[in-house]
Amino acid sequence: MARAVTTRHKLTFTILGWTIGFLIFFPILWTFLTSFKTEGTAVATPPQFLFFDWTLENYHEVQSRSNYMKHVTNSVVISVGSTLIGLALAIPAAWAMAFSPTKRTKDVLMWMLSTKMMPPVGVLVPLYLIFRDWGLLDTRLGLVAVLTMINLPIIVWMLYTYFKEIPGEILEAARMDGASLMKEIVYVLTPMAVPGIASTMLLNIILAWNEAFWTLNLSAANAAPLTAFIASYSSPEGLFWAKLSAASTMAIAPILIMGWFSQKQLVRGLTFGAVK
Amino acid sequence: MATLQTRATARFMMSPAVILLFLWMIVPLVMTLYFSFLRYNLLMPGTEEFIGFLNYQYFLTDPAFFTALGNTLMLVGGTLLITVIGGILLALVLDQPFFGQGIVRLLVIAPFFVMPTVSALVWKNMLMHPVNGLFAWIARSFGFQPIDWFAELPLFSIVLIVAWQWLPFATLILLTALQSLDGEQIEAAEMDGAGAISRFIYLVLPHMSRAITVVILIQTIFLLSVFAEILVTTNGGPGIQTTNITYLIYMQALLQFDVGGASAGGIVAVILANIVAFFLIRLIGKNLER
Amino acid sequence: MLTRTLLLGAVSALAMASFAHAETLTIATVNNGDMVRMQKLTEDFTKKNPDIQLEWVTLEENVLRQRVTTDIATKGGQYDIMTIGTYEVPIWAKQGWLLPLDGLGDAYDKSDLLPAISDAVSVDGKLYASPFYGESAMVMYRKDLAEKAGVTIPEKPTWDQIAEAAKKMTDKSSETYGICLRGKAGWGENMALLTATANSFGARWFDEKWTPQFDQPEWKKALQFYVDLMKEAGPPGASSNGFNENLALFQTGKCGIWIDATVAASFVTNPKESKVADKVGYALFPTGGVENHGNWLWAWNLGVPAGTKKAEAAQKFVSWATDKAYTELVASKEGWANVPPGTRKSLYANPEYEKAAPFAKITLDAMNAANTSKPTVKPVPYTGGQFVAIPEFQGIGTAVGQQFSAALAGSMTVDQALQGAQALTTREMTKGGYIK
Repeated sequence: MARAVTTRHKLTFTILGWTIGFLIFFPILWTFLTSFKTEGTAVATPPQFLFFDWTLENYHEVQSRSNYMKHVTNSVVISVGSTLIGLALAIPAAWAMAFSPTKRTKDVLMWMLSTKMMPPVGVLVPLYLIFRDWGLLDTRLGLVAVLTMINLPIIVWMLYTYFKEIPGEILEAARMDGASLMKEIVYVLTPMAVPGIASTMLLNIILAWNEAFWTLNLSAANAAPLTAFIASYSSPEGLFWAKLSAASTMAIAPILIMGWFSQKQLVRGLTFGAVK
Repeated sequence: MATLQTRATARFMMSPAVILLFLWMIVPLVMTLYFSFLRYNLLMPGTEEFIGFLNYQYFLTDPAFFTALGNTLMLVGGTLLITVIGGILLALVLDQPFFGQGIVRLLVIAPFFVMPTVSALVWKNMLMHPVNGLFAWIARSFGFQPIDWFAELPLFSIVLIVAWQWLPFATLILLTALQSLDGEQIEAAEMDGAGAISRFIYLVLPHMSRAITVVILIQTIFLLSVFAEILVTTNGGPGIQTTNITYLIYMQALLQFDVGGASAGGIVAVILANIVAFFLIRLIGKNLER
Repeated sequence: MLTRTLLLGAVSALAMASFAHAETLTIATVNNGDMVRMQKLTEDFTKKNPDIQLEWVTLEENVLRQRVTTDIATKGGQYDIMTIGTYEVPIWAKQGWLLPLDGLGDAYDKSDLLPAISDAVSVDGKLYASPFYGESAMVMYRKDLAEKAGVTIPEKPTWDQIAEAAKKMTDKSSETYGICLRGKAGWGENMALLTATANSFGARWFDEKWTPQFDQPEWKKALQFYVDLMKEAGPPGASSNGFNENLALFQTGKCGIWIDATVAASFVTNPKESKVADKVGYALFPTGGVENHGNWLWAWNLGVPAGTKKAEAAQKFVSWATDKAYTELVASKEGWANVPPGTRKSLYANPEYEKAAPFAKITLDAMNAANTSKPTVKPVPYTGGQFVAIPEFQGIGTAVGQQFSAALAGSMTVDQALQGAQALTTREMTKGGYIK
């Protein structure tokens, strides 16, 4: 953006931004700090901020108890897999809805969203029976399928709104120039839609990563992702806050790192979008 | 123009997603519908029989039902209010250039990465607990009486936790929208002498309206089925002050393992959710066209 | 580089080949300390049984329960061994879902099991699950605070004595609360405590015709007592405190008296976690005018689903994890204080255990005092101590628990809570077909 920015303006927003950022992030920071405490220190009052005996004991414990890599791999496969398949299904659908809408487009969109309104607990048993009969229980394939279907409406919706932002005239112009449908999508549409697709992808990976009902109830030993890893540290009999903190730090870390990189990616895409 | 051909292509392009979603919806829905007319408890196999609308009758006449309905709406509404307003403000701040913008952005998005169970446990025990929690400690160090969150403001406490988790989502979507706003337009308005507030009302807000719609719709769907946070913190209590419809169905499905009752509840929830969605669309759906 | 890759490949292929012959048992278990220890000792089992591999699924209690129940009821077949509570065992056994454990071997010594526990996991004299650890409930209190307040808590206290002591120990200005009791709604949370408390006041959940009894004076007396006491001497936030929240409060020195599961004793006396490790005294669960100590009895047990194709291997594992040798194994690796308590007579006859665990005798007394086949003074149609062993109880118990937590939070009166409980229980029992 070409607006002149005074240093004072920038400084004000630096302070404001960091304060807000810190406050919002604080519960996570607190979790992170707690992961280096002993269980006793974790519940001590007054709370100990930085000056306690830092220990790695919780991480050792978590390492020795769980196959962390297995859970991370499962989480990555399930969240990335379901998001990619979802995108592959949703991009054409959203494209069609955005650029050749019919009277029923809005109804179809609404209906898609309404498939998400069934509370999962209400359909657990039917789905469990289907999964059992098809041999999908405790398989990554099964979880990828479920999460794809769960998030597909969201993906379609988000893409649809982003695609709607793209002026139709540009497409018309491309068509006039004799561009084929394929070319239209690859050369005209995709570059303009990249920021939208990127943020949709990021959000859906996160949604799939954190999905804790189906992933827990349809998995056992083999396909269990990080949600199961977390469930093995939360609320046992006895103090658990430090160990749970360590486990959640480990569960958050990969996606936080991914978020960090894609965030930069995202902003670049966004700036591109602003120039259009 | 080749509209006929385009139509056909469009239909073809939509069909995989639509067909799959249709199957995904219809198969469990039909099974659920079927179960909802049965006496079917997982723990008592062999007692299945057709009982008509009895499951519906029990679910709808549950004295907790209307409170749960109200709680559901309050939970959704409260969280939406906080996240949309907070999200707009945050997006405005994060849109300004400042030092360490990238890091702050990540800090703000971070709560979205935390699994609901964990964030509920952290908030309940490490922050909000009136004896051992951090908030209580802060209150006491300033000489105040600590707030007994889950006894005095149970539903609000849960709204707070849920809002904290969903604020990043709203912020991210709204920020994306804000950044696609034409800088020149703003500059032109600035030159015309429009103040910051009128610029916001007449330029920024209309531009963000579709994004706000998306935030509201998508969040509503997720918020209607909030339950991990309730399970961890209050188990729906005290009384039924934090029981929402999903929790009511959870009690049927995974505590009693009453598949029939839970199915009826599920169908009721779908109908209710669609009513909510219908009004939402009427209220804000205009933003989707344009 | 290439050779290394090849070698690695060969090694893993070999490993695969040797696994191919092995049977893999998938074990679902709770993430409590004793089970985690069992998981860590896996190697001892696989060394003795090289043809059996173990795959662990360790989950928190709520998730585990919904997971294994769904699986066994739909015959999903995901698990070969399930960790289940004394609540599930009789219900599941009657459905024929559990394999009767008759292949545990001679070393298992069934007669060594504590009679109360053995009864709880047997149906018609057959063992359907093998107890892993067991617990009852008792009073834990701070000896130093009691002394300071000038009160003594006898070994068999009454509720009035507890109330008096709690009130005297309370000093809210220094954040010392006389009594910490569960308040978070839930059939296994506040209702465990309140059902046991009601038992000790002479109340019962149902009469012989399954009519709910919340409109009877005994319940009123018990609940009123609980609410009054907690108001005067309890900590803030009590209505959302469960076992763990109270444990944290007690360990950080905020509670004078805590009445809860006996396993808590091993946590509060652990000097690594507890500030009050050397100051804890014990007493039996209080009585409220009738000779009944609440009849709280719980055990986590290992059961084998009836449909399994690996019955033999599964029973081998169950026997390994719950026989006397396992106790000695834990003792040799982690010390006597860490062995799973509350299942075997021989453990309580062991002088080394008594030395390492000062709470051993009182735990045994508490467990022996519990009788789940006759939990209340008045006759009842059900079994179970701090719960009612019918499938509907999880739902009803939680809903009633919500009412009672509202009474504790002050958003409802005791009478309103009892009326609410009576109405909703009657409703559910009618729906379940108990009340004709």
